[in-house]
Amino acid sequence: MSYDKPLPKPDPLMAPFWAGTRAGRLLVQTCRACNDAHFPPGPVCPACLSADQEWKETAAPPTLQSWVRFHRAYWDGFRDDLPYPVCLVQLAEGPLLVSNLVGDSSGARLGAPLRVVFEAVTPEVTLPKFSLLGSPPA
Amino acid sequence: MTHPLRNQAAVIGVGTTAYGNFPHTDEYGLAAEAFRHALADGGIAKHRIDGLITCRIPSYVRMGEVLGLDPAWSLTLPPHGRMSGIGIIEAALAIAAGQASTVALLYANIGRSRRVNYGGEESPNIWDPWGFTSPGAAHALMFRRHMELYGTTTRQLAEVSVAFRRHAGLTPGAVMRAPITIEDHETARFITEPLRLLDYCLINDGAVCLIVTAAERARDFAQPPVLISGFGARDRFRAASIPNFDLDFWHDAVADAGARARAMAGVDHADIDALMAYDNFSPTVLFSLEGLGFCPRGEAGRFVEGGTIGLGGALPMNTDGGHLSNSYMQGWALNVEAVRQLRGGNGARQVPNARVIQYVQATPCTRSIIYARG
Repeated sequence: MSYDKPLPKPDPLMAPFWAGTRAGRLLVQTCRACNDAHFPPGPVCPACLSADQEWKETAAPPTLQSWVRFHRAYWDGFRDDLPYPVCLVQLAEGPLLVSNLVGDSSGARLGAPLRVVFEAVTPEVTLPKFSLLGSPPA
Repeated sequence: MTHPLRNQAAVIGVGTTAYGNFPHTDEYGLAAEAFRHALADGGIAKHRIDGLITCRIPSYVRMGEVLGLDPAWSLTLPPHGRMSGIGIIEAALAIAAGQASTVALLYANIGRSRRVNYGGEESPNIWDPWGFTSPGAAHALMFRRHMELYGTTTRQLAEVSVAFRRHAGLTPGAVMRAPITIEDHETARFITEPLRLLDYCLINDGAVCLIVTAAERARDFAQPPVLISGFGARDRFRAASIPNFDLDFWHDAVADAGARARAMAGVDHADIDALMAYDNFSPTVLFSLEGLGFCPRGEAGRFVEGGTIGLGGALPMNTDGGHLSNSYMQGWALNVEAVRQLRGGNGARQVPNARVIQYVQATPCTRSIIYARG
């Protein structure tokens, strides 16, 4: 069956991010001038406005900052997953990401360290998802 | 030193339509009705209107044509649910700057009849691939954090929905008037857990008009003027990629906007007789109370227990039922309710001797306005 959930919209700024996830790496846009890390990426650094940006692998485990469960499907592709978990993740460098918590979530707590899990949903798109560090991988 | 803009503008007319499902009309029809009501309310001749603000109305040009207006000053606001505070402040500033003498502010919403659902395909964002969408889900993320950080419970959150529903029952024309209990809240279906149906605002059609003029001219009109005593603002755009979300509940932004508004108005917390808080989702009411400093950080859940924010309580809030139970007029109707309360004569929902009322929108564009009886 074809994948029927929403896919990322084409966005040149995000291309390095998706290339990274396809290769099993979680990258974050980082300023070469002032080292500020930011997500989503921008044309300039939001701290110092330098256009000299690179993509760096996140250095340490991200942490769980919130989690919810969707009981309503806003797309048909999510209907069979209801209720499905969504989590708020903070990278060690600071930026926030929204993603899905996979695996056993019974140990969820604020600040819990996470492991990134890469889920190839199409040949082009690999979504980073997260599981609690210490819980068995999904 | 007294702030030069304190009490310099006044609301002299307010108009609201019926609220509900009106597929036979559109934004122009609804806004025109609210405009007629506001002119009649204030005994204002149409030719006195020389400023126009439109919000959530597709074309400001068509709106002016429909109403037969050639204003000296006009401003169009996007349809986001955070523009009411911005618009009212801009009207006061335009009047103070002499760019307009009397400004009509028009807002219309046809989200119910056109089946707007605030998520999915109609509001794409970068988190769609993970199934994250809708402002309610952003508030669910924030409320989960509040629960974890401070021990706030969903039963405490229920106090907000229950109080506002009681107020709606006292408000003519409110959409949802049947009383609810904490148990009703706790057993309502989840939308985005931990938030349930009764934590979500309504979606309904309707329109609102406010008419604002200089305080020195306000006595020319039919209603007792309600003064715009003070206002304050603070935006939070730096982490805007998660729409309608703030990791810190907009706390410092609300604190800043509230402090600016109080300083301009020359009032303190004890002077505030009622608070109208943007309640697209029940958690924002808690965030507003903490940000404004009506209770310490993390204690809003305990603060709202036992009827504190209900009519008859220490700080009545959203006395018309708010977005949760009266009408989803995105802050505009809450500002009208502040005006109506300060005029008095609202029967069972009247806040006795209301003299000062504060409006706040804890949103990425936080605004607070303090109104006083003229």
